[in-house]
Amino acid sequence: MAHVRLWNITKKYGDVTAVNRLNIEIEQGECFSMLGPSGCGKTTTLRMVAGFEDIDEGEISVGQKVFSSSAKKFYLPPEKRDFGMVFQAFAVWPHMNVFNNVAFPLQIRKMPKSEVLERTQRAIKYTGLGGCENTFPNELSGGQKQRIALARAIAINPTVMLLDEPLSNLDPKLREEMRFEIKDLQRKFGFTIIYVTHDQTEAMALSHRILVMDHGVVQQIDTPINIYKNPANKFVFSFIGLSNFLPVEIHDGAIYIEGAAESGPITRLIPPEIREKKMTLAIRPAEIDFVTDGGVCGMVRKMTYLGDVIDYRVMLGSVEVRVQKSRRKGIYREGEACMLKFNRFLWYGRES
Amino acid sequence: MLKRFFGKIGIAEVLLFISVLILIVVVAVPVLLILWTALFVDGSLNTKDIIHILSQPGTYEALKNSLVIAGGVTVLSTIIGVFFAWLVSRTDLPFKETMKVLFLVPFMLPSFIGALAWKMLLSPRSGYINKFLVDIFSLDASPFNIYGLGGIIAVETMYLFPFVFIQVAGALERMDPTLEESARISGAGLLTITRRITLPLMLPGIAAGALLVALYSLAHFGVPAILGTESGIYNIPTKIYEQIYQSGGSFVAIRTGTILSSILIVAAGLILYAQNLVLRAGRFQVIAGKSMRPTLLKLRGLKIPILIFSLLYIFITVILPTATIFLVGTLKTYGIAFTWENMSLQNLKYILFDWRMTRDAIWNSFYLSLAAAMITMVVGVLISYTIVKMKVRGKFILEFLGVLPFSVPGTVIALGVILTWSGKFGINLYNTAWIIFVAYIARYMAFSLKSNSAALEQVDDSLEEAARACGATHWQSLRDIVIPLIKPGMVAAFFLIFLPALRELTTSVLLYGPTTRTIGVAIYALNEDGETVYAATLASVALVIIIVGQLVIKRITRTTVQGV
Ligand SMILES: Nc1ncnc2c1ncn2[C@@H]1O[C@H](COP(=O)(O)OP(=O)(O)O)[C@@H](O)[C@H]1O
Ligand SMILES: [Mg+2]
Repeated sequence: MAHVRLWNITKKYGDVTAVNRLNIEIEQGECFSMLGPSGCGKTTTLRMVAGFEDIDEGEISVGQKVFSSSAKKFYLPPEKRDFGMVFQAFAVWPHMNVFNNVAFPLQIRKMPKSEVLERTQRAIKYTGLGGCENTFPNELSGGQKQRIALARAIAINPTVMLLDEPLSNLDPKLREEMRFEIKDLQRKFGFTIIYVTHDQTEAMALSHRILVMDHGVVQQIDTPINIYKNPANKFVFSFIGLSNFLPVEIHDGAIYIEGAAESGPITRLIPPEIREKKMTLAIRPAEIDFVTDGGVCGMVRKMTYLGDVIDYRVMLGSVEVRVQKSRRKGIYREGEACMLKFNRFLWYGRES
Repeated sequence: MLKRFFGKIGIAEVLLFISVLILIVVVAVPVLLILWTALFVDGSLNTKDIIHILSQPGTYEALKNSLVIAGGVTVLSTIIGVFFAWLVSRTDLPFKETMKVLFLVPFMLPSFIGALAWKMLLSPRSGYINKFLVDIFSLDASPFNIYGLGGIIAVETMYLFPFVFIQVAGALERMDPTLEESARISGAGLLTITRRITLPLMLPGIAAGALLVALYSLAHFGVPAILGTESGIYNIPTKIYEQIYQSGGSFVAIRTGTILSSILIVAAGLILYAQNLVLRAGRFQVIAGKSMRPTLLKLRGLKIPILIFSLLYIFITVILPTATIFLVGTLKTYGIAFTWENMSLQNLKYILFDWRMTRDAIWNSFYLSLAAAMITMVVGVLISYTIVKMKVRGKFILEFLGVLPFSVPGTVIALGVILTWSGKFGINLYNTAWIIFVAYIARYMAFSLKSNSAALEQVDDSLEEAARACGATHWQSLRDIVIPLIKPGMVAAFFLIFLPALRELTTSVLLYGPTTRTIGVAIYALNEDGETVYAATLASVALVIIIVGQLVIKRITRTTVQGV
C-alpha cells in the first residue's frame, strides 16, 4: 500500500486545466519530485495534496485514510492533515522570533510547555539555527529564513513533507548545501517528501523518483537515471538537459541528416523498431565527438568559450547541430571543416 | 558665512532661496505667529492667561468634545474599515471590485454636505425619516435625533472610514498569502490565524489609518458646525469659529483661538509622530511574490446576506444622503412632500443666475481654487525639484516646511493667515479674496509637493545629464526633458488641489468677507439662516462639479486617486 496516493486527479480553473488525470503512488519514506516548467501545474498539485485546493475529480489518500475526495465531496482541511510544508517565499512570520515561529505548530496542538520546548529546540538544532532562538526573521539571511521554515515543518514530526520550490530564492551555492541538509533531515526523521521544482539538477540530486509534467499532464515517472537515459518523449528529453533534435531520413540502408546525404551517414545500424522513412534523432551536445574519419562532414559556424567547455554550432548541410567539448580535446575555428560522430542517441517520430 | 554663500551663488542656490522664502512666508510665519500669540503677551511668557482661558467651561468643553468625537470616530472607522477591507480582499464576496470603488466614494464627497443631508433626514422636528416613522407607527415623539455627539460621530465615520479601509485593503492585498497558509498547515484554524498571524501583521496598516482618522476628526469643522452648534455642542474648530465670529474678530477671541490652535498643532504633531513610529516598526517584509493568490474564505450561506448588508451600508451612507440633497434642492419649501407639484428647477435657476450671493460664491470658489491650484502646482514643482534633484545643503528645511501643512489643520491655517496678513506686517488683506488665496496656498502646498516629488523621483538623473551633455543649459534641460516627463504628476497635483479647494469650508469660513463667500461658506450660511432648500440646491451644484471633476481625474490619471 502506497503511503500517499493520488488517483485520477483533475483540477480546472475556468478554461485552464491546471492538472489533468494525474495518478501517483508515493512510498513511505520516498523522496518524490515533481519537475516541469513554470505553470505546468506543480504547485496546484501540491496544494491539492495539502488541502488548500479542492479537486474537481479524483481522490487523494494518505495511508489508509481518504484526505480529499471529489466523489464524496469530502475535504479534510489543511490544518487537520498534520503535514509539514515549506514555501518558496519562506513564509516565516516576521512578528515572531525564531523560537516562536518553530514552536507555533506545537502550541497550536496544545502540547505541554516542556514538550514544546524540547521539540522546538531539537528542530532548531537539526536545522542549524542553534543560538538564533530570540532573533527576529528580518535580521536573518534568506538561507536562515528557509531553515526556520524547515524547522517549523519538522517540529511536529510529520509523516509527509511538502516542499514547493524551497530553494529557488537562494543563491546557487547555498542551494546545493541545503539540498544535502534536506536529505539529511529525511534520513533522521524518515518522512515522505513531495518536492516541487523546476530545476532538473535539484530533482536529480534529491529524488528517488521524478515525475516530469507538462501542461498538467504526466510525461514520465521514473528514477533519475532512467529519466536521463530513457526519456519517454521529446519533451522529457529536452527538459532534462541540453538537446539537439535533428530531422533524419533513412535510405539505402543508412540514416542520413535530412537533405544532407552527401555529408555521409550517421550510422548504418538501423534499429529494428524504426519503420518510418523520416524520423527525429535526439542527442545531447556532449554525446557528439569530433573525429578525423568515419563521421558526418560539416562546417563550424560558431564557437563560444564557456570556460572549460567550448560550445560549437556545426552545420551539417542546412541543419545546425550543437556540440559541447572540453577544450582539451582540441579547438576548431569558425569556418573550419570537421567531422562528427554521434554516440548515444534516441529516436522519436516526427510528430511526437 | 554670507560671503561664502554669495561666493558660489548659482541657479541651485537661487532656486533654494526662492523656495524657502515662499514656504517661510506662506507656511512657517503663520504657524509661528499662532504659537507666539498663544504663549506670549507683550513679549513675555504668559501662562496665567493660558490657564485662565483653558479653565473656562466653554473651552474646556470644546476640548473634551473634540477628544470624545475623535475617539468615537476613530474606533468606529477602524472597525468598519477593517471589516470591509477584509471582506473585499479575503472572502469570495461577489462584485468585489465594484464594492471596492463604492467604499471609496465617501472620500470625494464633502462631509459637511453629508451632515446637511442627515439633518434633513433625522432632525427631531422636521427630519423626513423621523416624520415618516412617526406617521406610520403613530409615535408620540421622533425616534432619532441627529443633533449631538452621537450624530456627529456617526456622520463623520461615514466619511472618514475609507482612510482605514484603503490602508488595510492595500496591506491585505500586498501580504504574502503563504504566511497564513503556513499557519494553516501548522494546524491553526481560521480564528487562530486571524488572531495570531493576520491581525498582528495588519496592525501597522490599521494603526496608520486610524491615526489619520483621528487627525482629521480632531480638527474637523463642517460636521460639528452643522450638527453640534444647534444644541450647544462645540469642538475646538467650531469653538474657535464661534469666538471669532461672535466678537467680530476681537483680539481676545483671536488669542483664545491661538491657544486652542496650539493644542491642535501639538496634538496633530503627536499623532503624526506616532504614525511614523508605527510605520517604521511595521516594516515587515510581507510583500507577496508575483503569482500568489490568497485563498479566499468561502462565505457560503452568508454570501448573500453579507452582500445585502454591504450594499445597504453603501445605500444608507452614500446614496441616501446624496439623493436627499438633490431632491430637497428642488422643493418649493423645506419640509413638504416629494411630489411632482412640489418639485422644480426654479431653485437651481435662482441660485445660478438670479441671486447675487450664490452666484458670487460659485465664482469666488471657482477662481480661487483655480488660481491656488495653478500657483501651488508651479511652486510645488520648483520646491520638489530642489528637494529631489538639487544637491544643495539645507534642503531638509524645505522638506520639513513642505510637510508641515499636513499636520496643520485648516482652522489653524486660517487663524495664522489672519494674524499674518491683517496689517501686522504692513499688508492688510482682511476681507479680501487674497487672504483666502494665501490660505489655500499654505493649506494645499503639501499635496503638490507629494505628487510632484513622486513624479520627479521617477525621472532618472541620467536623463537630465544626457541633455546637459548634449549641450543644453540647466534651464533648457529642465524645460525640454524634466517638465514633459513629470507632466502627469503636475496634472494630478493640480486636481488634488483644485477639487478639495472648490468645496472647502473650514478655512474660508474664518476668512470670508461680505463679497468673498465661497461655495462652502454659502452653503453653511444658507443652512444657518434656515434657507435649507437653497443650501441643498447649492450643495447639489457642488456635488455635480465634484463628481464631474473626479471623472475627469480618472480619465487623466487612469488610476484611483486618493482624495483627501
Ligand atoms: N487560483 C488560480 N486561479 C486561476 N488559475 C490558476 C490558479 N492557480 C493556478 N492557476 C493556473 O494553473 C496553471 C498551473 O499553475 P501552477 O500549479 O502554479 O504551476 P507551477 O507551480 O507548475 O508553476 C497555470 O496556468 C496557472 O495560471
Ligand atoms: Mg509553482
